[in-house]
Order: sequence, then structure tokens, then C-alpha cells
Amino acid sequence: MKTIRKSLAELHTLLVNKEISSVELTGEYLDHISEFEPKIRAFITVTAEKALAQAKKIDQKIAQGESIGPLAGIPMALKDNLCTEEIVTTCASQMLREFIPPYNATVTSRLEAAGAVLAGKLNMDEFAMGSTTESSAFFLTANPWDLSRVPGGSSGGSAASVAAGEVAYSLGSDTGGSIRQPAAFCGVVGLKPTYGVVSRYGLAAFASSLDQVGPLTRTVRDNALVLNAIAGYDVLDSTSVPFNKPDYTQFLENNVKGLKIGVPKEFFEHGLKSEIAELIKQALKTYEQLGAEIEECSLPHMQYALPAYFVISTAECSSNLARYDGVSYGYRAEAEEVIDMCETTRAKAFGPEVKRRMLFGTYALSSGNYEAYYVKAQKVRTLIKQDFAQALAKYHVLLSPTTPTVAYKIGEISEPVACYMGDVYTIPVNLAGLPAISIPAGFVDNMPVGLQLIGNYFAEGLLYRAAYAFEQNTGYYQEIPALLREAD
Amino acid sequence: MSYQDKYEMVCGVETHVELATKTKIFCACTTEFGGEQNTHVCPVCLGLPGALPVLNREVVNLAIKAGLALNCEIAEFTKFDRKNYFYPDLSKNYQTSQYDLPICKNGRLEIEINGESKSIGITRAHMEEDAGKLVHSGESITTSDSSYVDYNRAGVPLLEIVSEPDMRTVDEVIAYLQELVQILDYAGVSDCKMEQGSVRFDVNVSLRPLGSRELGTRTEIKNLNSFAAVRRCLEYETERQAKVLNKGEKVIQETRTWDDSQGVTLSLRTKEEAHDYRYFPEADLVPLKIDPEWVERIRATLPELPAAKRERLKELGLSGYEAGVLTSSKAMADYFDRVMQNYADAKVVANWIMGDLSALLKANNRSFEDCPIKPYQLADMLKLIKKGDISGKIAKTVLEEIYTGGKDPAVIVKEKGLVQIRDQDALEKIIAEVLAQNPKSVADYQGGKEKAFGFLVGQVMKATQGKANPELVNKILKEKLQIAY
Repeated sequence: MKTIRKSLAELHTLLVNKEISSVELTGEYLDHISEFEPKIRAFITVTAEKALAQAKKIDQKIAQGESIGPLAGIPMALKDNLCTEEIVTTCASQMLREFIPPYNATVTSRLEAAGAVLAGKLNMDEFAMGSTTESSAFFLTANPWDLSRVPGGSSGGSAASVAAGEVAYSLGSDTGGSIRQPAAFCGVVGLKPTYGVVSRYGLAAFASSLDQVGPLTRTVRDNALVLNAIAGYDVLDSTSVPFNKPDYTQFLENNVKGLKIGVPKEFFEHGLKSEIAELIKQALKTYEQLGAEIEECSLPHMQYALPAYFVISTAECSSNLARYDGVSYGYRAEAEEVIDMCETTRAKAFGPEVKRRMLFGTYALSSGNYEAYYVKAQKVRTLIKQDFAQALAKYHVLLSPTTPTVAYKIGEISEPVACYMGDVYTIPVNLAGLPAISIPAGFVDNMPVGLQLIGNYFAEGLLYRAAYAFEQNTGYYQEIPALLREAD
Repeated sequence: MSYQDKYEMVCGVETHVELATKTKIFCACTTEFGGEQNTHVCPVCLGLPGALPVLNREVVNLAIKAGLALNCEIAEFTKFDRKNYFYPDLSKNYQTSQYDLPICKNGRLEIEINGESKSIGITRAHMEEDAGKLVHSGESITTSDSSYVDYNRAGVPLLEIVSEPDMRTVDEVIAYLQELVQILDYAGVSDCKMEQGSVRFDVNVSLRPLGSRELGTRTEIKNLNSFAAVRRCLEYETERQAKVLNKGEKVIQETRTWDDSQGVTLSLRTKEEAHDYRYFPEADLVPLKIDPEWVERIRATLPELPAAKRERLKELGLSGYEAGVLTSSKAMADYFDRVMQNYADAKVVANWIMGDLSALLKANNRSFEDCPIKPYQLADMLKLIKKGDISGKIAKTVLEEIYTGGKDPAVIVKEKGLVQIRDQDALEKIIAEVLAQNPKSVADYQGGKEKAFGFLVGQVMKATQGKANPELVNKILKEKLQIAY
């Protein structure tokens, strides 16, 4: 097996035993990026020089006999809505095409402190609005399993880069499924943590009350290792929660005996592809054989989740994106008057999906509409939280497909609403602020299928345990895209 | 003809006051006034992507304190909301403010108008962030080719205090504003430096026919930054509205601006053009629970407020006018109290502070906040007068000496030989000489011209360089003049 396809733990051992240096390892990944990028196009920016400089530092540490952390010296990449000091951070928008932040996102700082090697910044839907990465203002990213298909979105570059072996792991952000859906489409592991577990400081906001940063990895153990590094209270984010952060790897036990799994029947509606339903049934059988208890349950208000999500997320985005006006940073259109400048800047530099959502949100917040849309949506949100609370009082985790379909063909989804429907199983989780993980659960039409596990607040450990047991007993994570096999 | 012949004014005021914190409301940047443009800034107050606000707890402390000083209820549960509008001085194009759950509500303050007390309601007071400042390349926004934005002020904490429409005359409005600013000054929640824009007012004003109970259509005039501007603006706007009504036309509900140089209000935008601020909860901050213990902790730090202080001064025997002047600034009132600790004659202390000392400070462009004469020094000087060591007249010189040199009064009196002449024999000798030199005045006085007496006193004082004890001089002079020459 190629070095770059090894797990984080294996790579760490190689580095500590000096079987490979970080500079060599980083070089291998950078070569792989050069080779595959023309086909995948996951990266907006590749930071080869900085990566090698950081790798060199880690090598010095190793040479001096210093102990290094589990992520040290290993290349990774960040979704391009996570701020990186002195490295352009575009949000895949013309608006920020040349924006260089003077500060790091908290997750960037934490990974840097852990010795991680930043290989670059990853493509995404513009300002994280989309489910295919097709709304990127720059270019399309291909799904490594089938280059004619999308990688999902909005963290499409994050999922594709990991699936293509271009980096050992990546970070994405998830507002309505933007980590889990591309993870499912690309056959990798994606976690959306509990709202408040990972700092949002330096994550260019889409919807403040829903956004959460999380890891995309090839294995469940890798995911736990990355969460270890990025989770935890941050004084710079008022919505981050002070809690006793465990070592998430301690939960990785191949044992789900007595685990109560609820299966919400509403998550098997809304155009679920029958082959995917079949795979999920098989997964349930696997869990049963491993000693888990399976029971169907109901989350009666789920049908209202999608509209409520659209009102709340667009309302917040209409305000969050108001700051991009050409006044003090980012793209600026020249005009005689300041209002013209602001209007033209926004008209030219935002793409259609971003505009659509800002218009929707502005409408929903306008006087006369506020009660009917925003307030009503918040009430629905409360009902959805209550549904989950009742279910999770009875079951340890809830299990569902991550998406109703496999990855779409590029250009297949032209209707926005059809695209939004693809997030129907992931969105309710964000409304409730719960953690959820998507793990590979097999293949349909030679495309990966994801299985979603939803846990209670701060129950990431339990999710990891349930996910790990499934992963170890099925081994889907060992499958790699044909593209990579051919290259071997 | 004045508007008051036919109409009654109804006015309410929104006051924006900068809270006296060291750092901004949502970041660690300094709130210091001035400073090179765009140097007191960071990703948070510049509204850079991904930057998040963190509430400065001291802002909440000061807001609670202001609320208590204004007899408000303090909310047990309060939150922030976003007020959305586009303006280049607003880095995020929304202002983080409070909408439906302000930290303070239902307060009041008392004003005194023509010797009568009137209660003005405080609807609410809420916390919010200030915006940056536009710097125009030319004279004004309309005559400039370009403008720059200085974000140093962006994120300075403000408390917006909204009054009920309880004021009926311009004098009442000014009395309300003075009392409000005084209370905020006393409570120490703001430095209240009006010239630096620490306090700004938006006035809402309408007219209605005398005797009517219905409210007329109001206009709002924004961003007035002095009592004088409020007075002139209201005097103009009431007459303007009266003219419109007298013509049988309707006042347009609109936002207006005050042009100080022209002395007129100008339309800014009408109701139809009014902003829809699209308020909604600020999800980047968490709601705030304020428990009663927190409120009590703040209450314990409240100093004596102007109204209570005025009452206390009146009990010391001062007139309402004197009590009013002495409490007009906290620094002056504190100064009075500290002099009183060492010299407890309220009337005398009040006279010196309001008279000579105030004049001296004014002439030197200073205030009681940085008065070079220490309160104990003024008290010591008053003791010297009382003992008869110096006259009131000499004391004026001593006061100036303390002001410029900083030495204690006893030292000055000794060094300069200013001790009063109270030696009867010595004075008799001097007076005899003065009388001998001024036979005409003596004759005038004895011929019934009372004025000549004053002249002779003056001559004695001149001869003693002002050091003669005035009472003794009077007494001896009268005795001598009764003896026929």
C-alpha cells in the first residue's frame, strides 16, 4: 500500500521511527496533488512552500528527540472558508478572490499548534451555499469515484481531496449537511460535531446558529484523532461550550452490545433510492448481529425541517454576508456614489445561489413577513429539537441514510429545490445542534453510500464507537476509487 | 406669533451615551478617543470574515448601573439582536443592538421646571455598538469627491436611553437632558464629554392643538450633540411644524437632520423611505441571564446621585440655586464635599467655589476635574480668613498664588507678609496720617457726604497694601472722624 493511503496512526509511527521524514511525506502528498489535481480539482490554493517549511520544523523536532503529537508532520487541507493567516481565503467567491486574512481561524491555529502540515485550501460551494460544489465561482471539483459526478457539497473539495488521497484528512464546515453529504458521496468519514464543540472563530459565517466545523477522514479513528485536536472551548467564540473534552480515541471499541439504535421512519421517505434503503437495511442487520438493539421510531415534525432550515439559514446569511460591500476589503466595483459602488460590487461578485439565498432571507426578515416566516421557523426548530430529545431519551443513537441518492452527475441538478431536497436527512440535525457522523456503508452503481449516525449532545464518543464497530466489521473504508488503483 | 399660542409641543428623546469602558463592547480594542485613524481596530470591529463578538462584561455592569440610576427595572433575561442596514461606517452592515428585550426598562427621572417637579418616563435603555466615522475629503459629505472610513470608534459601547414623549416645552427637554447627563456623570457610567461626541441626542417632536389629547405627526431629528443644538433645533422645528399646520397642511412623518450653520432642519428620509431594519436575534452571542445578586452588587457601587445631593446641600442651608450650581458637575460637587470636610461652613464654601474659584478655573480654561487647588488648601485659606489672619480681599490674592504655585495658604501668607494688621495702635497711627493728608475728604464727610468715608477707607487700605483688618479700619475711622478737627 502506498504511504499516502495509510492511516494517521500508521503515518505517525513511520515519522516517529524515522522511516520517513515529514518533508519526504509532504513531498509525496504534494506530488500526488500535482498528479491528481488536473482531474479532481479539489484545491483552490496549494501551499507547497509553507507545507515543506512546516514539515521541516517537525523533522527538526523529531531529530532533536522531541515528542510529537499524532497529527504532527502529516499533510492536511482546509475548506477555503476557514481563515488562514497570510494565505488567501476565498470562500470560493469572486468577492474574496484576493482576500488574505491577517489572522487564523481557531481551528487553523489549533492544527498548526498540533504540528499539522497545511497543504492548501479546498474548493467548496460559494460561501458554503450548495450541495454539489458547482456554485464555486472558480471551477468544478470532480468526484474521485466517477469524474463525471459531483463530490457533493458544500465541502466538496474537502471530501474529494481525502477520497483521492491528496491529503491525510481535511476540515469542512456543515450548516445543513455540508460535511456529511460530501463524505457520503466520496466514501469517507465526516463528522458534524455538536454545535459549540468546535470554535467557529475564523470560519466565514454562512448561518451562525447552524455552522459547525468538523473533520473528514478516511477512517473513524483518524476522525477521532483530528477532533481531539480541534474540539474544545474557545474564548473567541461565545457559542463554544466549556466542557470536559475527552480523548475521543478512548471510545474506539469494537463493541456495540446493548447499543440501542433508533431508526426514524421519516428518514426513509423523500425519494430515498431503493438500493440505498437496501444497504441501510443490511447495515441494520450488521448492527443486530453485533449485538445492538434496533427499533423503528418516529420524529413526527421532520417534514417541516427543510422549510424551517431554509428560512433560518437564509435569514442569517442575508445578514452575515452584508459585510461584503467593497468598502474596506474584498472585491470592489468602481462607481461614482458609495451606494452604487456597494450595489455593483455585490451584483458582480456574488454568484446566483448566494444571491438567491440572501434575497430569500431578506424577504423572510422583512417587516410583515418576520412573524410568518422567521418566528414560525424558530417554532418548528423547537419542535424538531423536542422530537430528537424524546427519541434520544430512548435510544443511544439514531441511524439513517446520509443522503437519498448517490452523487449526482455534474449538471444533473439544475432546480435549486431539487438540490435542497438532497439534504433532507442531514438538515434536521443542524437545527437541533446535535452531532452526527456519516460513514461508508457500501456502494450503489459503483458509487459510495453513506450511513448517518446521530447522537445526543456531546455524544461524539458514542458515535465514534458505533461507527468504529461498523467500520471494522464491514471494511468499506478499504475500498479505493478506481482512479487511484489505476495509478498504483 | 409663537407656536405656543395655538399648539402644544410633545417631545421624546433618544440619548446615545458612550459607556466608560477601557475596551470595546465586543473586542479587546481600546475605546480611547483620538488616536491615528484605524489603529484601534481588529478583525472583530472591522467585521472581517469569521470574526466573532465576545461581550465585554463591564458594558453590562455599566448598563445596569445606569439603569439603576434612572430607576429602571433590570431585565433578568436579555439578549442582543442585529439591526440590519447598509452604511459605509458600519463594518458589518448590521449593528449589534438590543431589540425586544432591552437590559433596562420602565425608569424615570425628575426634573424641576419653574420650581415645580415633573417626572419624565424612561421607556428603555439598551446596549449597542457604535459605528465608525466617515472622514470627508472636502467640507461636507455633499461637497466631497471621496470619503474615508475611520473604524476607531466602531464597537465603542453605547447605551441608548429612550424617554417617553413626556416633555411639553423646550425648557423641559433641556432640563431633562441636563439632569440625564448629570446622573450618568455622577453614576460614572460615561465620561459625558459632549464635545467628543460621548453623548448624542435624537429628538422626536410633534405639535398638537392646545387642549388636544391626540398626538400629532412627529418628525425625528437625528444626531444633535449639545444642549444648545437641541434648543435651537427644537425652536426651529416647532415653528416650522406650526407654519405647516397653520397653512392647513400635514406634517410629514420623516427623519430630519439639523444643519447647525444654517440653523435649519432638513429632510433626510420620509416614512416611505424609512429603513426596514429586519431585526433578528444575534446568533453569534448567547442570551444573558442577570441574577438579582449581580444587580445588588452593582447597586452597592452607586454613588449619591444629583437629586439626593441637591437635597443634602439645601439641608446645609444653601439655596436651590446654589445647590443646583454646585451639583451641575460631579467634579464640582465632589470638590465642595471635600472642602466641607475641613471647613464646614456651607455658605462660605459655596460662595468661594461658585465665585472666585470658578472664575479662576474658567479664565484658565480648566475644570474642577483638574483643579490645581486642593480642597484642603481652600479650606485652610478659609480658616485663615475666619481667624482674621487675612482679609477676604487678600484671600483672593492668596487663592491665585495657590493656583499658580501650589503652595499651602499659610506658607504663602507668611512668605509674602500678607498677615492682616490688627494692631490697634499701628492702625491708629496710619489712619491719623491718612486723615492729615486728606483734609478735604474729612471736611466732605463731616459735611454729610457719606461717599467720602469709602474713599478714606480705600486710602488706608492702600497705605497698608490691603493688609489692614477692614472692621478695625471702619471702627477707628468712625471714632476719629467724630472727633472734630
